[in-house]
Amino acid sequence: MISTTLSVLIVSAIGAGLALLLVFAERTILDYGECEITINEDKKTRLQGGTSLLDALTREKVFIPSACGGRGSCGYCKVSVLEGGGPLLPTEEPYLDKAEKEKGVRLSCQVKVRNDIRIRIPEELLSVRQYDCVCAGVRELTYDIREFRFRLEDPDRMAFIPGQYVQVLAPEYEDSPEEVFRAYSISSDRRDEGFIELIVRRVPNGICTTYLFDHLKEGDPVRVNGPYGQFRLTETPAPMIFVAGGSGMAPIKCLLHHMVEIRCEREAVYFFGVNTLRDLFMVEEMNAFQEQLPRFRFFPVLARPEEGSTWDGETGLVTDAVKRRFPDCSKHEAYLCGSPGMIDATVKVLTAGGMPLEKIFYDKFS
Amino acid sequence: MNMTAELWQMVVVCFSAVFTGNILLTTFLGMCPFLAVSREVRAATGLGIAVVFVMSFTTLLNWLVYRYVLVPLELEFFRFILFIIIIATFVQFVEMVLERFSPVLYQNLGIFLPLITVNCAILGASLFMVIREYTFTVTVGYGFGSGVGWMLAITAMAGIRQKMAVARIPRGLQGPGITLIVAGLMALAFIGFTGVLQGR
Repeated sequence: MISTTLSVLIVSAIGAGLALLLVFAERTILDYGECEITINEDKKTRLQGGTSLLDALTREKVFIPSACGGRGSCGYCKVSVLEGGGPLLPTEEPYLDKAEKEKGVRLSCQVKVRNDIRIRIPEELLSVRQYDCVCAGVRELTYDIREFRFRLEDPDRMAFIPGQYVQVLAPEYEDSPEEVFRAYSISSDRRDEGFIELIVRRVPNGICTTYLFDHLKEGDPVRVNGPYGQFRLTETPAPMIFVAGGSGMAPIKCLLHHMVEIRCEREAVYFFGVNTLRDLFMVEEMNAFQEQLPRFRFFPVLARPEEGSTWDGETGLVTDAVKRRFPDCSKHEAYLCGSPGMIDATVKVLTAGGMPLEKIFYDKFS
Repeated sequence: MNMTAELWQMVVVCFSAVFTGNILLTTFLGMCPFLAVSREVRAATGLGIAVVFVMSFTTLLNWLVYRYVLVPLELEFFRFILFIIIIATFVQFVEMVLERFSPVLYQNLGIFLPLITVNCAILGASLFMVIREYTFTVTVGYGFGSGVGWMLAITAMAGIRQKMAVARIPRGLQGPGITLIVAGLMALAFIGFTGVLQGR
């Protein structure tokens, strides 16, 4: 009968041997060798296989939008895979419609690079850069909304189209064990070169907003990717209706600065939906816009004016205000920014008023 | 035991492992993935094949380790720990192979692949093999037969559940309720195979 120690050692040795076997197996079976990624039939890059397409592209400084950091829960990272992506995975199914599936659109965070792969991405993504910035100031707009001003350091200029957004990197901190990217629209004037401003509303337990509100100080470095997005003014002379509440004002403010820049003569109305008087902000800036743009009107809409207050502006839901003022909006274009629920409700009101769907533009932030 | 008798015993044991002594329907081992993955025939078959593979090879590996390591060193009592370690390693290996060669099946099985490790049917087959003192040849048939039996049960259940999806099941019985009733009925049906072939 061999001693207890020896018998434990023997069994442990067998366990260790098996573990080593597994390490060896991983090195051989999961070694995909060198693979080549071809982007838009032009840019080629070689790398070790085994990573996700999203990570591979990020490493090559091609920044595909992603809000969930590669977990397959946001659906932002779509790319067109022409060849070599393997079969469609069940984790991608919920985010792709039939047309997309037929065109070979995939979620780049779910596609694993195992062999040579050819992809197509929108040209403008190739001009997305990573910007190292410094926080140049934080302004409190309401009890839960702040305006952040970032100075671009490297590169020190960003060429963006008003209406576009950036992805802010929230690094690891106390309660957040991993980096995440979150998208925020640029709210500043494009002529304010070398700086970008964002309007952010605090989300309870939100990873990025907690970082921005509680950890980022003036003078701290911060990293953003951008610019992204298709939300922008059209070139037509049609009158416009803007609908955005809370931090959704960011891209609208940027559009308004742009309209001042190009001396836009188009008629525009902005319905700014808030709950109570204390949620209202940027009123002076909006009044300044009304002076600089003679055909622009600003309508804050209070959902719940306090008892006995002297509010004589619009009240109720912002969608009701739109319906009241524009029962017929068939000649207008609409620019919306806000929660999916608000956007869906507004789209319903606008289409009921005769606006065709192609004339409604929006940036859905959940 | 001579060659023919041993081979015949292997066939008998294999048959009984699939039908009369079905590891799932007779000894009720491996019920968790059975209830969870039996909704769709395709996923059930995929998991079933993985289990056949794992069960066949782990029973053989465990037989070798038991006979050539544990018995000589009189460490038979270690079999519980060692069998599980070997099963876990093997399943990890299967996972890697699947990820490389069939990413769709790998994603479809998802969490259920590593859960094969703690499938008590896998450990159960190895332990039965020890208790019943099967020889190597017979273990070949037993491991494979148990796996096939388990796969047969889960695939049949998946087929039945897919048909049941359009039936009107009373609210209280929907899901696990009716599944367990069906499992019981299947077990009853399999008892009908007893005595078809003489042997254990």
